Amino acid sequence: MNDRGTRVLRLDALARVEGEAALHLRVAGDSVAETRLRIYEPPRFFEAFLIGRGHTEPPDITARICGICPVAYQMSACQAIENACGVTVDGPLAELRRLLYCGEWIESHTLHIYLLHAPDFLGRADVVELARDQRAVVERGLRIKQTGNAILEQLGGRPIHPVNVRVGGFYRTPGREELRPLEERLRQAREDALETVRWVATFDFPDVVCDHDLFALRDPGRYAIDSGTPAVMAAQGQGPALREFNLAEFEQHIREGQVPHSTARTSALDGRRYLTGPLARYAINGRWLHPVATEAAREAGLGDPLTGAVCQNPFRSIVVRAVEVVQAIEEALRIISRYERPPRPAVEVPPRQAAGTGATEAPRGLLYHRYALTEDGTLTEARIIPPTAQNQTAIEEDVRKAVQARLETAGPPADDEELTHVCERAIRNHDPCISCAAHFLDVTVERT
Amino acid sequence: MSGRVVVIGVGNPLRGDDGVGPATVEALRGLVPDGTVLTVSDGEPARMLDLWRGADTVVVVEVLRAQPARPGKLHTLTAADAASRTARTASTHALGLGECLALAQALGQLPQRLVVHAMEVTDVELGAPLSEAVRSALPELVDRVAASVRQAHGPNHEQ
Repeated sequence: MNDRGTRVLRLDALARVEGEAALHLRVAGDSVAETRLRIYEPPRFFEAFLIGRGHTEPPDITARICGICPVAYQMSACQAIENACGVTVDGPLAELRRLLYCGEWIESHTLHIYLLHAPDFLGRADVVELARDQRAVVERGLRIKQTGNAILEQLGGRPIHPVNVRVGGFYRTPGREELRPLEERLRQAREDALETVRWVATFDFPDVVCDHDLFALRDPGRYAIDSGTPAVMAAQGQGPALREFNLAEFEQHIREGQVPHSTARTSALDGRRYLTGPLARYAINGRWLHPVATEAAREAGLGDPLTGAVCQNPFRSIVVRAVEVVQAIEEALRIISRYERPPRPAVEVPPRQAAGTGATEAPRGLLYHRYALTEDGTLTEARIIPPTAQNQTAIEEDVRKAVQARLETAGPPADDEELTHVCERAIRNHDPCISCAAHFLDVTVERT
Repeated sequence: MSGRVVVIGVGNPLRGDDGVGPATVEALRGLVPDGTVLTVSDGEPARMLDLWRGADTVVVVEVLRAQPARPGKLHTLTAADAASRTARTASTHALGLGECLALAQALGQLPQRLVVHAMEVTDVELGAPLSEAVRSALPELVDRVAASVRQAHGPNHEQ
């Protein structure tokens, strides 16, 4: 390695990141000169694709943006349309939506924890290597994930790209008896999820603190999933501890810009870099975790969420995700235990000429939709701001810091292979979703 | 042979030629014996394991990227073949079919019989239709998958 010269690392594809992304890193001497994360982002294609469609179509169309979090797209889309039409869906229908969303959190988080992220901490190349010597552990992960799948299948009508969701509610709602088998699976999943929290808490975490502003929905009284008000917790010493703004003002605060190196737009929150996702949710909503999840968080060393504990170490996001799986399972059990079949599967949502916004907490962070409709419900505008695009700048900064820290470490200098691994780990902490992408595993490293 | 037969078309119809798997499954309706499970998937491993639980024979339809590309060329692979091609598989999910099969093997969850019919593709652009080369080769792929299914169902269904 030439320690003093300039070298360029180019990861043409990142292994174990969903979909496609590439990273360009330029190292000059002992410092990182440039970090450019390139994301091939599909929601922009969908924004154009939606124009001219009817107001009942966005939930089905946008569900196709992501195979891992279709429910998030459906829920944000439904809310935005209903908001435009002046309709509120509440009561048992809203609870059923939340249950469906819990299913997605369970399966999406568990996929990331077990199949993508844990191998980083255990020195395994991937989950296949992990499964060869810790079979029971991987089986436990698959069990939890399949419970999430079962919720999706029951409420969504099929295991991928649910078809039972519509603007105003569902096409069909289940009877109490139909949800009962899920209860048993969820109880087993709760034990598995608590084991997961204990397991990931034993991992070895680099001592890193990120200083991004944190951004999540806030839903006083409960841990935000499918509703809430946008809230910002400023990085230490950078502003008020917590502030909120109306969802209608979202695009006044979140400004998107374009950078030449990525098809995804980058976002700034009132001009500053920010992070959305599990760390932000935990910081802003931690006090409203279920008691079982609260205790799990305490035991896992995340601090006491009841006193507003904040986790700023992106490597510990795997622990926060594990706690959120417990939370989603507890919430799913609570909803099922109180469920009464609503009198009708959906409320009417007659169109009107208006614009509306919707935002929910996708597993990877806040997902915002805005639509404008004509009188007959034809869409004239569609805006989708997904969490990965919002996090892009924060991820770049984390990568820069991680590589810089390695370059400053005493001992043998890092070769390109090791730096590549450092970058991939820093990126996987955030579980970026570059959805609907084709996934090529070739990785190229270039030096100059 | 007999028993439960599951056909899984892996891919994303919104990504050009990556829609080969779902397109094949659609074309198979009415061509395969009753009782054959026809399904599509994004290929995510936990879902794949769920889909083939309890199946005696699994037929997977996937796309394959090769250098140099010969779009439309068909390959029939065993589970072991497919598992060794992790770096060349193009699909729309977190882990490729190769990793999925290797994981299933490590967990002892590979079906008794599994065959992969794969087509070489190049164009997986978002919003693109199936390319001409792929469309032309699709009927032969459908024939091959249907033949695998009939073979799995036993001599009464052989043609």
